[in-house]
Amino acid sequence: MPDSFPPDSVGLAVPEVHHFAEPLELSCGRRLASYELVVETYGELNAKRSNAVLICHALSGNHHAAGFHRVDDAKPGWWDDYIGPGKPIDTRYFYVVCLNNLGGCHGSTGPRTINPETGLRWGKHFPPLRVRDWVLSQARLADRLGIEQWAAVIGGSLGGMNAMRWALEYPARVRHCVVIASALKLTAQNIAFNEIARRAIRSDPDFRDGDFAEHGVVPRNGLALARMVGHVTYLSHALMGQRFGRELRSGSFARGLEAPVEFKVESYLHYQGDKFAENFDANTYLLITKMLDYFDLAREYGDDPAAAFRTARARFLVVSFTSDWRFAPQRSQEIVQALVAANRDVAYACIDSDMGHDAFLLPNARYEKLLRTYMARVAETC
Amino acid sequence: MLRVDLDIVRRWIAPGSRVLDLGCGDGELLRVLMDSRGVEGYGIEIDPEKITHCVARGVNVIEADVDQGLTDFPDKSFDTVLMANSMQVLRRPDHAIAEMLRVGEECIVTFPNFGNIRTRLFLAAWGRMPVTRQLPYQWYDTPNIHFCTVQDFEALCRERSIRVLHREFVAEQFPDRLLKGVWSNLFSATAIYHLAK
Repeated sequence: MPDSFPPDSVGLAVPEVHHFAEPLELSCGRRLASYELVVETYGELNAKRSNAVLICHALSGNHHAAGFHRVDDAKPGWWDDYIGPGKPIDTRYFYVVCLNNLGGCHGSTGPRTINPETGLRWGKHFPPLRVRDWVLSQARLADRLGIEQWAAVIGGSLGGMNAMRWALEYPARVRHCVVIASALKLTAQNIAFNEIARRAIRSDPDFRDGDFAEHGVVPRNGLALARMVGHVTYLSHALMGQRFGRELRSGSFARGLEAPVEFKVESYLHYQGDKFAENFDANTYLLITKMLDYFDLAREYGDDPAAAFRTARARFLVVSFTSDWRFAPQRSQEIVQALVAANRDVAYACIDSDMGHDAFLLPNARYEKLLRTYMARVAETC
Repeated sequence: MLRVDLDIVRRWIAPGSRVLDLGCGDGELLRVLMDSRGVEGYGIEIDPEKITHCVARGVNVIEADVDQGLTDFPDKSFDTVLMANSMQVLRRPDHAIAEMLRVGEECIVTFPNFGNIRTRLFLAAWGRMPVTRQLPYQWYDTPNIHFCTVQDFEALCRERSIRVLHREFVAEQFPDRLLKGVWSNLFSATAIYHLAK
């Protein structure tokens, strides 16, 4: 057990709960009378309040982006490689904010929490959300923290959609927008994978039509299966070949043996699925995958992404990864082309990586240098 | 890029215009054009290190391979499309120029003149591929795979009905600077062309 944190870590991260009593009008027409957001912050807000950076998490992410909750935590937050003193998003210069989004299952108001109006768990009755609802709730959080304008809003995958929506909804409140491994909207293939995952959850007998908590059960198999499918799509063909190949975890193909054979890739996927099923809420998974499917940046701009981006005032950094087939480089190039057509400032890099979609979370020398260089310029304007 | 080349290119670019720079390198030229002409500039570059340099300079840069064409860019979406000293590294410079003329109202191309007297003398005297200050590579490690002379380029423009709006020639050494006006193909080190369809 280590008795101290690494020197380039933000160290002990303490989540804070912010309660919002002002009702939130949602895009679906319903309203949340009140809500809570769980938030972590790293670094210090400067006197001008000009150095705040919002980190937007992806589908299964949460507020714990960096640092440790306890000295003996096995793993730091989900983006610890990129956030900390001396790291690309340098907490010596930036005040970094990350929250568990509305509808999530790590403490913020969502299917797992109690609806104060009924005294019952929200469960499957939690209102459907759009990415813009997240943006609105995040804007309220910014007001609460005294942040008039973000130095940067940064996100990968669904978080990238969140970041782009920020730049359109509050043009004056975003100086830089960093969009990583994301898209203007999902493709049919992407929606298809999400629906397979949703059906896996819904068809688990323990799902109980979304009322699993009331029955004291968890649709573990459905959640695990959803995660296993998702996980395969987040990795690349090459990476799976390198990491697992056809190696066996147990059993043998020798003649005369009938012990069952298990490939390493099988046990890995089962492990990932089971771990996910322990922590994640099935109703949140259904809710947030629908947010992904419904997101279309340009829908109310006459389906013209350039027209959409003309409302933005931020400068953009767009990043993709060569082996990412879930959010392929072509999707990022569509974002870039729309930004160029809209006359917005943009830098775009396609990072060589065989890590698939997960690359945006993992160490990569070029990606780190690029992000570090970009953020150094952002820091100059703080 | 040399100061003289830069001054010539800058003259042909209207203040505030939209400029696309193919093979923009570390973004130096675009930075100068942004600061001195107020252009809305975008660069295309394939080298990761150079892309990072552009980001450090605050220059808009898009990672792409010019040899793959400019298919993502609509017709006439830029006032000027530039290509400074990159033509000779492309697999099909003629295709690139056609794409530049499609995407831009006007184009500017600069290239090293392989018809230069020093290059010719080097080859004639030593019987080996020229290695000069401007072109310091050996034949086996050079990125430059498509050299041409001023005459070659003029011929291409005639064949493809490309209008030459302006042409300027730059020489580095003293006597060449006087003589390049008379025999551009012999005495210019760099040729700079302003083109339109």
